Amino acid sequence: MAVLLLIVAAMVVWVIAAYNRLVSLRNQIDNAWRQIDVQLKRRHDLIPNLVEAVKGYMQFERDTLTQVVEARAKAVSATDTASRMAAENQITAGMGKLLAVMENYPQLKSDQTVLKLQEELTTTENQIAYSRQAYNDVVLDLNTRIQSFPSNMIATNFGFKPADYFKGAAEDAAVPKVDLGMSAPRA
Amino acid sequence: MAASSFRTLEATNRRETVALVVAFIALFGALGLGLDFVARDFTYVNGQFVGFPVLTIAALAFAGVQSIVSFYSGGSLVLLSVHARPLTPDTPQHAVVLDVINEMALAARMPPPKPYVMDDPSPNAFATGRDPAHAVICVTQRLVDEMDREELQGVIGHEMSHVADYDTRTMTMIAVMVGGIAMLSDFVYRWMWFGGFGGRGRSSDNNRDNQTAMLISLAVIILAAVAPIFSQLLAMAVSRQREYLADASSVEFTRNPRALLRALEHIAKIESPLKQGTAGTAHLFMVNPREGARDDNEGFLDNLLSTHPPLPKRIARLQALLGAPSSATIAHATDAN
Repeated sequence: MAVLLLIVAAMVVWVIAAYNRLVSLRNQIDNAWRQIDVQLKRRHDLIPNLVEAVKGYMQFERDTLTQVVEARAKAVSATDTASRMAAENQITAGMGKLLAVMENYPQLKSDQTVLKLQEELTTTENQIAYSRQAYNDVVLDLNTRIQSFPSNMIATNFGFKPADYFKGAAEDAAVPKVDLGMSAPRA
Repeated sequence: MAASSFRTLEATNRRETVALVVAFIALFGALGLGLDFVARDFTYVNGQFVGFPVLTIAALAFAGVQSIVSFYSGGSLVLLSVHARPLTPDTPQHAVVLDVINEMALAARMPPPKPYVMDDPSPNAFATGRDPAHAVICVTQRLVDEMDREELQGVIGHEMSHVADYDTRTMTMIAVMVGGIAMLSDFVYRWMWFGGFGGRGRSSDNNRDNQTAMLISLAVIILAAVAPIFSQLLAMAVSRQREYLADASSVEFTRNPRALLRALEHIAKIESPLKQGTAGTAHLFMVNPREGARDDNEGFLDNLLSTHPPLPKRIARLQALLGAPSSATIAHATDAN
Protein backbone atom coordinates (compact mmCIF):
# COMPACT_ATOMS: atom_id res chain seq x y z
CA MET A 1 0.00 0.00 0.00
CA ALA A 2 2.73 2.41 1.00
CA VAL A 3 4.67 1.49 -2.10
CA LEU A 4 1.65 2.16 -4.27
CA LEU A 5 1.14 5.55 -2.63
CA LEU A 6 4.79 6.39 -3.24
CA ILE A 7 4.50 5.47 -6.89
CA VAL A 8 1.37 7.60 -7.29
CA ALA A 9 3.04 10.51 -5.50
CA ALA A 10 6.10 10.23 -7.75
CA MET A 11 3.87 10.26 -10.83
CA VAL A 12 1.99 13.32 -9.63
CA VAL A 13 5.27 15.14 -8.98
CA TRP A 14 6.48 14.19 -12.46
CA VAL A 15 3.27 15.40 -14.12
CA ILE A 16 3.52 18.74 -12.33
CA ALA A 17 7.18 19.16 -13.28
CA ALA A 18 6.59 18.23 -16.92
CA TYR A 19 3.59 20.56 -17.14
CA ASN A 20 5.49 23.46 -15.60
CA ARG A 21 8.40 22.90 -17.96
CA LEU A 22 6.04 23.13 -20.95
CA VAL A 23 4.47 26.31 -19.58
CA SER A 24 7.91 27.80 -19.03
CA LEU A 25 8.94 27.03 -22.60
CA ARG A 26 5.71 28.50 -23.98
CA ASN A 27 6.35 31.68 -22.02
CA GLN A 28 9.92 31.78 -23.22
CA ILE A 29 8.61 31.61 -26.77
CA ASP A 30 6.29 34.55 -26.13
CA ASN A 31 9.17 36.47 -24.65
CA ALA A 32 11.50 35.61 -27.54
CA TRP A 33 8.81 36.75 -29.95
CA ARG A 34 8.54 40.08 -28.16
CA GLN A 35 12.32 40.46 -28.44
CA ILE A 36 12.06 40.08 -32.20
CA ASP A 37 9.21 42.55 -32.24
CA VAL A 38 11.21 45.16 -30.36
CA GLN A 39 14.03 44.89 -32.89
CA LEU A 40 11.67 45.04 -35.88
CA LYS A 41 10.05 48.21 -34.48
CA ARG A 42 13.47 49.74 -33.97
CA ARG A 43 14.28 49.00 -37.60
CA HIS A 44 11.03 50.64 -38.71
CA ASP A 45 12.07 53.75 -36.82
CA LEU A 46 15.52 53.78 -38.38
CA ILE A 47 14.43 53.47 -42.01
CA PRO A 48 13.29 57.13 -42.41
CA ASN A 49 16.65 58.21 -40.92
CA LEU A 50 18.45 56.07 -43.45
CA VAL A 51 16.46 57.51 -46.33
CA GLU A 52 17.27 61.00 -45.10
CA ALA A 53 20.97 60.29 -44.59
CA VAL A 54 21.72 58.75 -47.98
CA LYS A 55 19.46 61.08 -49.97
CA GLY A 56 22.31 62.88 -51.63
CA TYR A 57 24.60 59.91 -52.13
CA MET A 58 23.07 56.79 -53.54
CA GLN A 59 21.43 57.49 -56.86
CA PHE A 60 21.47 54.04 -58.30
CA GLU A 61 20.40 52.30 -55.08
CA ARG A 62 17.10 54.18 -55.35
CA ASP A 63 15.30 50.98 -56.29
CA THR A 64 16.43 49.03 -53.23
CA LEU A 65 15.69 51.98 -51.00
CA THR A 66 12.20 52.34 -52.44
CA GLN A 67 11.59 48.61 -52.02
CA VAL A 68 12.61 48.85 -48.37
CA VAL A 69 10.36 51.81 -47.72
CA GLU A 70 7.42 50.10 -49.43
CA ALA A 71 8.02 46.86 -47.53
CA ARG A 72 8.10 48.86 -44.32
CA ALA A 73 4.71 50.37 -45.10
CA LYS A 74 3.35 46.90 -45.85
CA ALA A 75 4.76 45.51 -42.60
CA VAL A 76 3.24 48.32 -40.54
CA SER A 77 -0.21 47.97 -42.09
CA ALA A 78 -0.20 44.14 -42.23
CA THR A 79 -3.04 42.51 -40.33
CA ASP A 80 -1.84 38.91 -40.20
CA THR A 81 1.52 37.57 -39.05
CA ALA A 82 2.35 35.77 -42.28
CA SER A 83 2.12 38.80 -44.56
CA ARG A 84 3.83 40.95 -41.96
CA MET A 85 6.76 38.54 -41.75
CA ALA A 86 6.96 38.35 -45.54
CA ALA A 87 7.27 42.14 -45.61
CA GLU A 88 9.86 42.09 -42.81
CA ASN A 89 11.89 39.52 -44.73
CA GLN A 90 11.83 41.85 -47.74
CA ILE A 91 13.21 44.63 -45.55
CA THR A 92 15.93 42.29 -44.27
CA ALA A 93 16.96 41.41 -47.82
CA GLY A 94 16.97 45.05 -48.95
CA MET A 95 18.79 46.18 -45.81
CA GLY A 96 21.53 43.60 -46.31
CA LYS A 97 22.04 44.86 -49.83
CA LEU A 98 22.08 48.53 -48.79
CA LEU A 99 24.56 47.94 -45.97
CA ALA A 100 26.85 46.03 -48.33
CA VAL A 101 26.63 48.74 -50.98
CA MET A 102 27.36 51.49 -48.45
CA GLU A 103 30.89 50.10 -48.23
CA ASN A 104 31.48 51.27 -51.80
CA TYR A 105 30.78 54.93 -51.03
CA PRO A 106 33.83 56.66 -49.54
CA GLN A 107 31.80 59.86 -49.05
CA LEU A 108 29.34 57.97 -46.86
CA LYS A 109 32.15 56.50 -44.78
CA SER A 110 33.53 59.94 -43.99
CA ASP A 111 30.19 61.19 -42.70
CA GLN A 112 30.01 60.69 -38.91
CA THR A 113 26.21 60.73 -38.79
CA VAL A 114 26.01 58.12 -41.51
CA LEU A 115 28.63 55.97 -39.81
CA LYS A 116 26.66 56.09 -36.59
CA LEU A 117 23.48 55.22 -38.42
CA GLN A 118 25.25 52.44 -40.26
CA GLU A 119 26.38 50.89 -36.96
CA GLU A 120 22.85 51.23 -35.60
CA LEU A 121 21.41 49.52 -38.65
CA THR A 122 24.05 46.79 -38.56
CA THR A 123 23.41 45.98 -34.91
CA THR A 124 19.67 46.07 -35.46
CA GLU A 125 19.97 43.60 -38.33
CA ASN A 126 22.18 41.38 -36.16
CA GLN A 127 19.83 41.64 -33.20
CA ILE A 128 16.91 40.67 -35.42
CA ALA A 129 18.91 37.67 -36.64
CA TYR A 130 19.98 36.64 -33.13
CA SER A 131 16.58 37.09 -31.55
CA ARG A 132 15.13 35.01 -34.37
CA GLN A 133 17.78 32.38 -33.71
CA ALA A 134 16.96 32.42 -29.99
CA TYR A 135 13.25 32.17 -30.79
CA ASN A 136 13.81 29.16 -33.04
CA ASP A 137 16.00 27.54 -30.37
CA VAL A 138 13.15 27.68 -27.85
CA VAL A 139 10.64 26.50 -30.44
CA LEU A 140 12.90 23.50 -31.09
CA ASP A 141 13.03 22.84 -27.32
CA LEU A 142 9.24 23.02 -26.96
CA ASN A 143 8.43 20.99 -30.06
CA THR A 144 10.89 18.25 -29.08
CA ARG A 145 9.27 18.05 -25.69
CA ILE A 146 5.76 18.01 -27.12
CA GLN A 147 6.59 15.23 -29.55
CA SER A 148 8.81 12.97 -27.46
CA PHE A 149 7.70 10.33 -25.01
CA PRO A 150 6.63 10.61 -22.21
CA SER A 151 6.16 14.38 -22.08
CA ASN A 152 3.93 14.14 -25.20
CA MET A 153 1.16 12.67 -22.98
CA ILE A 154 1.12 15.81 -20.86
CA ALA A 155 1.24 18.01 -23.94
CA THR A 156 -1.77 16.35 -25.63
CA ASN A 157 -3.82 16.30 -22.45
CA PHE A 158 -3.28 19.97 -21.68
CA GLY A 159 -3.46 21.18 -25.26
CA PHE A 160 0.11 22.30 -25.89
CA LYS A 161 0.58 22.89 -29.62
CA PRO A 162 3.91 22.80 -31.42
CA ALA A 163 5.05 26.34 -32.24
CA ASP A 164 6.01 27.55 -35.72
CA TYR A 165 9.60 28.35 -36.57
CA PHE A 166 10.37 31.84 -37.73
CA LYS A 167 11.51 31.27 -41.28
CA GLY A 168 13.52 34.17 -42.58
CA ALA A 169 14.67 35.43 -45.91
CA ALA A 170 18.21 34.55 -44.84
CA GLU A 171 17.74 30.89 -45.75
CA ASP A 172 16.82 31.75 -49.32
CA ALA A 173 19.51 34.38 -49.59
CA ALA A 174 22.15 31.88 -48.44
CA VAL A 175 21.93 30.16 -51.82
CA PRO A 176 24.30 32.08 -54.08
CA LYS A 177 22.61 33.36 -57.21
CA VAL A 178 24.33 32.72 -60.49
CA ASP A 179 23.96 35.90 -62.49
CA LEU A 180 27.15 35.97 -64.56
CA GLY A 181 28.37 39.08 -62.75
CA MET A 182 25.89 41.41 -64.44
CA SER A 183 24.90 42.96 -61.14
CA ALA A 184 28.42 43.19 -59.71
CA PRO A 185 29.12 46.49 -57.95
CA ARG A 186 30.21 49.08 -60.44
CA ALA A 187 33.24 50.28 -58.58
CA MET B 1 19.51 20.91 -26.18
CA ALA B 2 21.77 23.85 -25.75
CA ALA B 3 19.80 25.13 -22.83
CA SER B 4 19.96 21.80 -21.06
CA SER B 5 23.72 21.55 -21.48
CA PHE B 6 24.02 24.99 -19.91
CA ARG B 7 21.80 23.84 -17.06
CA THR B 8 24.07 20.83 -16.45
CA LEU B 9 27.12 23.06 -16.40
CA GLU B 10 25.34 25.49 -14.13
CA ALA B 11 24.52 22.70 -11.64
CA THR B 12 28.14 21.51 -11.73
CA ASN B 13 29.35 25.03 -11.09
CA ARG B 14 26.98 25.54 -8.18
CA ARG B 15 28.21 22.29 -6.59
CA GLU B 16 31.85 23.09 -7.21
CA THR B 17 31.48 26.55 -5.71
CA VAL B 18 30.08 25.06 -2.51
CA ALA B 19 32.88 22.46 -2.38
CA LEU B 20 35.45 25.20 -2.91
CA VAL B 21 34.07 27.32 -0.09
CA VAL B 22 34.04 24.33 2.27
CA ALA B 23 37.63 23.43 1.36
CA PHE B 24 38.69 27.05 1.71
CA ILE B 25 37.19 27.42 5.19
CA ALA B 26 38.57 24.01 6.27
CA LEU B 27 42.05 25.03 5.16
CA PHE B 28 41.87 28.24 7.12
CA GLY B 29 40.54 26.34 10.16
CA ALA B 30 43.35 23.78 9.97
CA LEU B 31 46.01 26.47 9.73
CA GLY B 32 44.41 28.43 12.57
CA LEU B 33 44.27 25.34 14.75
CA GLY B 34 47.89 24.56 14.00
CA LEU B 35 48.89 28.09 14.98
CA ASP B 36 46.89 27.80 18.20
CA PHE B 37 48.82 24.68 19.13
CA VAL B 38 52.10 26.29 18.28
CA ALA B 39 51.24 29.38 20.28
CA ARG B 40 50.22 27.21 23.23
CA ASP B 41 47.06 29.16 23.92
CA PHE B 42 45.15 25.97 23.17
CA THR B 43 46.56 22.55 24.01
CA TYR B 44 45.62 18.97 24.51
CA VAL B 45 46.70 17.75 27.98
CA ASN B 46 45.83 14.37 29.47
CA GLY B 47 42.83 13.79 27.21
CA GLN B 48 41.46 17.31 27.67
CA PHE B 49 41.55 20.47 25.64
CA VAL B 50 42.87 23.42 27.62
CA GLY B 51 42.60 27.05 26.66
CA PHE B 52 40.72 28.95 24.00
CA PRO B 53 41.44 28.46 20.27
CA VAL B 54 41.42 32.15 19.46
CA LEU B 55 43.43 31.85 16.24
CA THR B 56 41.25 29.04 14.88
CA ILE B 57 38.15 31.11 15.44
CA ALA B 58 39.78 34.16 13.93
CA ALA B 59 40.85 32.16 10.86
CA LEU B 60 37.41 30.61 10.44
CA ALA B 61 35.73 33.98 10.82
CA PHE B 62 38.11 35.50 8.28
CA ALA B 63 37.49 32.69 5.79
CA GLY B 64 33.73 32.89 6.30
CA VAL B 65 33.64 36.64 5.84
CA GLN B 66 35.88 36.44 2.81
CA SER B 67 33.68 33.78 1.23
CA ILE B 68 30.59 35.92 1.70
CA VAL B 69 32.32 39.04 0.45
CA SER B 70 33.74 37.27 -2.60
CA PHE B 71 30.35 35.78 -3.42
CA TYR B 72 28.54 39.08 -3.30
CA SER B 73 31.22 41.48 -4.46
CA GLY B 74 33.93 39.31 -5.97
CA GLY B 75 33.13 40.78 -9.37
CA SER B 76 33.61 44.34 -8.14
CA LEU B 77 36.85 43.34 -6.40
CA VAL B 78 38.21 41.84 -9.59
CA LEU B 79 37.20 44.94 -11.58
CA LEU B 80 38.86 47.11 -8.97
CA SER B 81 42.07 45.12 -9.07
CA VAL B 82 42.45 45.50 -12.84
CA HIS B 83 41.42 49.20 -12.75
CA ALA B 84 38.42 48.67 -15.02
CA ARG B 85 35.90 51.44 -15.66
CA PRO B 86 32.36 51.24 -17.01
CA LEU B 87 32.21 51.28 -20.78
CA THR B 88 30.03 54.01 -22.26
CA PRO B 89 29.32 54.73 -25.93
CA ASP B 90 31.70 57.71 -25.82
CA THR B 91 33.59 56.61 -28.94
CA PRO B 92 32.31 54.82 -32.06
CA GLN B 93 34.32 51.69 -31.14
CA HIS B 94 32.87 51.61 -27.64
CA ALA B 95 29.41 51.89 -29.15
CA VAL B 96 30.20 48.85 -31.30
CA VAL B 97 31.26 46.85 -28.22
CA LEU B 98 27.99 47.76 -26.49
CA ASP B 99 26.02 46.72 -29.57
CA VAL B 100 27.89 43.42 -29.85
CA ILE B 101 27.24 42.67 -26.15
CA ASN B 102 23.51 43.25 -26.74
CA GLU B 103 23.58 41.01 -29.81
CA MET B 104 25.31 38.17 -27.98
CA ALA B 105 22.98 38.54 -25.01
CA LEU B 106 20.05 38.00 -27.37
CA ALA B 107 21.75 34.95 -28.89
CA ALA B 108 22.42 33.55 -25.41
CA ARG B 109 18.91 34.44 -24.17
CA MET B 110 20.33 36.36 -21.22
CA PRO B 111 20.14 39.90 -19.87
CA PRO B 112 23.06 41.92 -21.29
CA PRO B 113 26.00 41.93 -18.84
CA LYS B 114 27.34 45.29 -17.65
CA PRO B 115 30.18 46.40 -19.93
CA TYR B 116 33.58 47.48 -18.57
CA VAL B 117 36.84 48.47 -20.19
CA MET B 118 40.40 48.40 -18.87
CA ASP B 119 43.48 50.10 -20.30
CA ASP B 120 45.92 47.49 -21.34
CA PRO B 121 48.33 47.01 -24.22
CA SER B 122 47.12 43.52 -25.07
CA PRO B 123 43.81 42.42 -26.57
CA ASN B 124 41.94 40.39 -23.98
CA ALA B 125 38.63 40.12 -22.15
CA PHE B 126 37.09 38.51 -19.10
CA ALA B 127 33.71 37.99 -17.50
CA THR B 128 32.79 38.01 -13.84
CA GLY B 129 29.81 38.24 -11.51
CA ARG B 130 27.93 35.64 -9.49
CA ASP B 131 25.06 35.02 -11.93
CA PRO B 132 23.77 36.31 -15.28
CA ALA B 133 21.80 39.09 -13.57
CA HIS B 134 25.00 40.44 -11.95
CA ALA B 135 27.36 39.64 -14.79
CA VAL B 136 30.08 41.92 -16.08
CA ILE B 137 32.08 41.66 -19.27
CA CYS B 138 35.35 43.55 -19.32
CA VAL B 139 37.41 44.14 -22.45
CA THR B 140 40.84 45.74 -22.82
CA GLN B 141 41.14 48.96 -24.78
CA ARG B 142 43.47 47.27 -27.24
CA LEU B 143 40.85 44.64 -27.99
CA VAL B 144 38.40 47.43 -28.75
CA ASP B 145 40.92 49.25 -30.93
CA GLU B 146 42.03 46.29 -32.98
CA MET B 147 39.18 43.90 -33.45
CA ASP B 148 36.46 44.23 -36.03
CA ARG B 149 32.83 43.43 -35.46
CA GLU B 150 33.11 39.75 -36.32
CA GLU B 151 36.11 39.14 -34.06
CA LEU B 152 34.41 41.01 -31.22
CA GLN B 153 31.37 38.76 -31.61
CA GLY B 154 33.59 35.70 -31.18
CA VAL B 155 35.27 37.13 -28.08
CA ILE B 156 32.09 38.42 -26.45
CA GLY B 157 30.31 35.15 -27.31
CA HIS B 158 33.07 33.27 -25.48
CA GLU B 159 32.67 35.47 -22.40
CA MET B 160 28.88 35.26 -22.59
CA SER B 161 29.04 31.50 -22.35
CA HIS B 162 31.17 31.75 -19.17
CA VAL B 163 28.32 33.85 -17.77
CA ALA B 164 25.56 31.53 -19.01
CA ASP B 165 26.94 28.40 -17.38
CA TYR B 166 27.96 30.12 -14.11
CA ASP B 167 31.69 29.72 -14.76
CA THR B 168 32.00 33.32 -13.66
CA ARG B 169 30.72 32.48 -10.19
CA THR B 170 33.21 29.67 -9.65
CA MET B 171 36.08 31.47 -11.28
CA THR B 172 35.54 34.72 -9.41
CA MET B 173 35.33 32.89 -6.09
CA ILE B 174 38.57 31.12 -6.99
CA ALA B 175 40.21 34.44 -7.83
CA VAL B 176 39.39 35.91 -4.45
CA MET B 177 40.29 32.71 -2.60
CA VAL B 178 43.65 32.31 -4.28
CA GLY B 179 44.38 35.82 -3.07
CA GLY B 180 43.13 35.01 0.43
CA ILE B 181 45.23 31.87 0.69
CA ALA B 182 48.33 33.69 -0.49
CA MET B 183 47.69 36.32 2.19
CA LEU B 184 47.15 33.73 4.91
CA SER B 185 50.28 31.84 3.99
CA ASP B 186 52.23 35.07 4.07
CA PHE B 187 50.78 35.88 7.47
CA VAL B 188 51.68 32.42 8.84
CA TYR B 189 55.28 32.86 7.78
CA ARG B 190 55.67 36.28 9.32
CA TRP B 191 53.96 35.18 12.50
CA MET B 192 56.05 32.03 12.89
CA TRP B 193 59.16 34.01 12.24
CA PHE B 194 58.59 36.90 14.59
CA GLY B 195 56.37 35.63 17.34
CA GLY B 196 55.26 32.07 16.97
CA PHE B 197 58.27 30.34 18.39
CA GLY B 198 58.39 32.62 21.42
CA GLY B 199 55.93 30.33 23.13
CA ARG B 200 58.50 27.59 23.34
CA GLY B 201 60.27 29.16 26.28
CA ARG B 202 57.36 28.69 28.61
CA SER B 203 57.55 24.93 28.66
CA SER B 204 61.05 24.16 27.63
CA ASP B 205 61.21 21.82 30.62
CA ASN B 206 58.87 19.41 28.92
CA ASN B 207 60.72 17.69 26.12
CA ARG B 208 57.86 15.63 24.69
CA ASP B 209 55.58 18.63 24.57
CA ASN B 210 58.26 20.50 22.78
CA GLN B 211 58.58 17.75 20.23
CA THR B 212 54.85 17.79 19.54
CA ALA B 213 54.96 21.55 19.17
CA MET B 214 57.81 21.26 16.74
CA LEU B 215 55.91 18.66 14.71
CA ILE B 216 52.81 20.81 14.59
CA SER B 217 54.88 23.84 13.65
CA LEU B 218 56.40 21.85 10.85
CA ALA B 219 52.98 20.72 9.65
CA VAL B 220 51.72 24.32 9.73
CA ILE B 221 54.75 25.55 7.81
CA ILE B 222 54.35 22.85 5.18
CA LEU B 223 50.62 23.44 4.86
CA ALA B 224 51.16 27.18 4.58
CA ALA B 225 53.79 26.60 1.91
CA VAL B 226 51.78 24.09 -0.09
CA ALA B 227 48.35 25.75 0.10
CA PRO B 228 49.09 28.65 -2.27
CA ILE B 229 50.64 26.28 -4.81
CA PHE B 230 47.71 23.92 -4.64
CA SER B 231 45.16 26.70 -4.86
CA GLN B 232 46.95 27.92 -7.99
CA LEU B 233 46.99 24.43 -9.53
CA LEU B 234 43.32 24.08 -8.73
CA ALA B 235 42.48 27.40 -10.33
CA MET B 236 44.38 26.34 -13.44
CA ALA B 237 42.83 22.91 -13.72
CA VAL B 238 39.31 24.21 -13.17
CA SER B 239 39.88 26.96 -15.69
CA ARG B 240 41.52 25.00 -18.51
CA GLN B 241 38.73 22.59 -19.21
CA ARG B 242 36.20 25.41 -19.31
CA GLU B 243 37.92 27.29 -22.10
CA TYR B 244 37.20 24.73 -24.82
CA LEU B 245 33.58 24.65 -23.69
CA ALA B 246 33.32 28.42 -23.85
CA ASP B 247 34.90 28.39 -27.31
CA ALA B 248 32.31 25.87 -28.45
CA SER B 249 29.43 27.86 -26.97
CA SER B 250 30.69 31.04 -28.58
CA VAL B 251 30.34 29.32 -31.93
CA GLU B 252 26.89 28.14 -30.94
CA PHE B 253 25.83 31.74 -30.24
CA THR B 254 27.36 33.32 -33.32
CA ARG B 255 26.72 30.29 -35.60
CA ASN B 256 29.98 31.38 -37.14
CA PRO B 257 33.19 29.51 -36.18
CA ARG B 258 35.20 32.05 -38.15
CA ALA B 259 34.39 34.84 -35.66
CA LEU B 260 36.26 33.34 -32.72
CA LEU B 261 38.84 31.72 -34.98
CA ARG B 262 39.82 35.07 -36.44
CA ALA B 263 39.94 36.64 -32.98
CA LEU B 264 42.23 33.93 -31.58
CA GLU B 265 44.49 34.04 -34.62
CA HIS B 266 44.64 37.79 -34.24
CA ILE B 267 45.66 37.46 -30.59
CA ALA B 268 48.18 34.73 -31.43
CA LYS B 269 50.07 37.22 -33.59
CA ILE B 270 50.51 39.73 -30.79
CA GLU B 271 53.48 39.59 -28.46
CA SER B 272 52.82 41.94 -25.57
CA PRO B 273 51.44 40.15 -22.50
CA LEU B 274 48.80 41.69 -20.33
CA LYS B 275 50.24 44.09 -17.78
CA GLN B 276 47.60 43.80 -15.13
CA GLY B 277 47.08 40.06 -15.15
CA THR B 278 48.19 38.77 -11.77
CA ALA B 279 48.45 35.22 -10.51
CA GLY B 280 45.05 35.59 -8.92
CA THR B 281 43.10 36.70 -11.97
CA ALA B 282 44.89 35.02 -14.90
CA HIS B 283 42.31 32.28 -15.19
CA LEU B 284 39.51 34.78 -15.68
CA PHE B 285 40.75 36.05 -18.99
CA MET B 286 39.90 35.02 -22.51
CA VAL B 287 43.48 34.03 -23.32
CA ASN B 288 46.18 33.48 -20.75
CA PRO B 289 47.56 36.93 -19.96
CA ARG B 290 50.62 35.83 -18.00
CA GLU B 291 53.13 34.33 -20.37
CA GLY B 292 54.97 36.46 -22.88
CA ALA B 293 55.13 33.59 -25.31
CA ARG B 294 51.71 32.38 -24.18
CA ASP B 295 50.80 28.75 -23.81
CA ASP B 296 52.22 27.53 -27.07
CA ASN B 297 54.12 24.79 -25.31
CA GLU B 298 52.38 21.53 -24.92
CA GLY B 299 54.52 19.56 -22.50
CA PHE B 300 52.91 17.97 -19.47
CA LEU B 301 54.27 20.54 -17.04
CA ASP B 302 53.19 23.41 -19.25
CA ASN B 303 49.74 21.90 -19.36
CA LEU B 304 49.66 21.54 -15.59
CA LEU B 305 50.86 25.06 -14.97
CA SER B 306 48.60 26.88 -17.35
CA THR B 307 45.16 28.38 -16.85
CA HIS B 308 44.32 27.98 -20.54
CA PRO B 309 44.71 25.34 -23.20
CA PRO B 310 47.40 26.22 -25.73
CA LEU B 311 46.19 28.78 -28.25
CA PRO B 312 47.20 26.65 -31.28
CA LYS B 313 45.06 23.82 -29.97
CA ARG B 314 42.05 26.08 -29.55
CA ILE B 315 42.58 27.47 -33.04
CA ALA B 316 42.91 23.95 -34.47
CA ARG B 317 39.59 22.90 -32.95
CA LEU B 318 37.81 25.89 -34.48
CA GLN B 319 39.41 25.22 -37.85
CA ALA B 320 38.12 21.67 -37.67
CA LEU B 321 34.62 23.11 -37.20
CA LEU B 322 35.06 25.29 -40.24
CA GLY B 323 36.61 22.53 -42.28
CA ALA B 324 39.17 25.05 -43.49
CA PRO B 325 42.95 24.85 -43.08
CA SER B 326 43.47 28.50 -42.23
CA SER B 327 41.66 31.81 -42.17
CA ALA B 328 44.04 33.07 -44.85
CA THR B 329 42.17 31.00 -47.41
CA ILE B 330 38.85 32.60 -46.57
CA ALA B 331 38.19 35.07 -49.27
CA HIS B 332 34.89 36.51 -48.18
CA ALA B 333 36.17 37.96 -44.93
CA THR B 334 34.81 41.34 -45.91
CA ASP B 335 31.21 40.49 -45.12
CA ALA B 336 32.25 40.72 -41.46
CA ASN B 337 30.50 44.00 -41.06
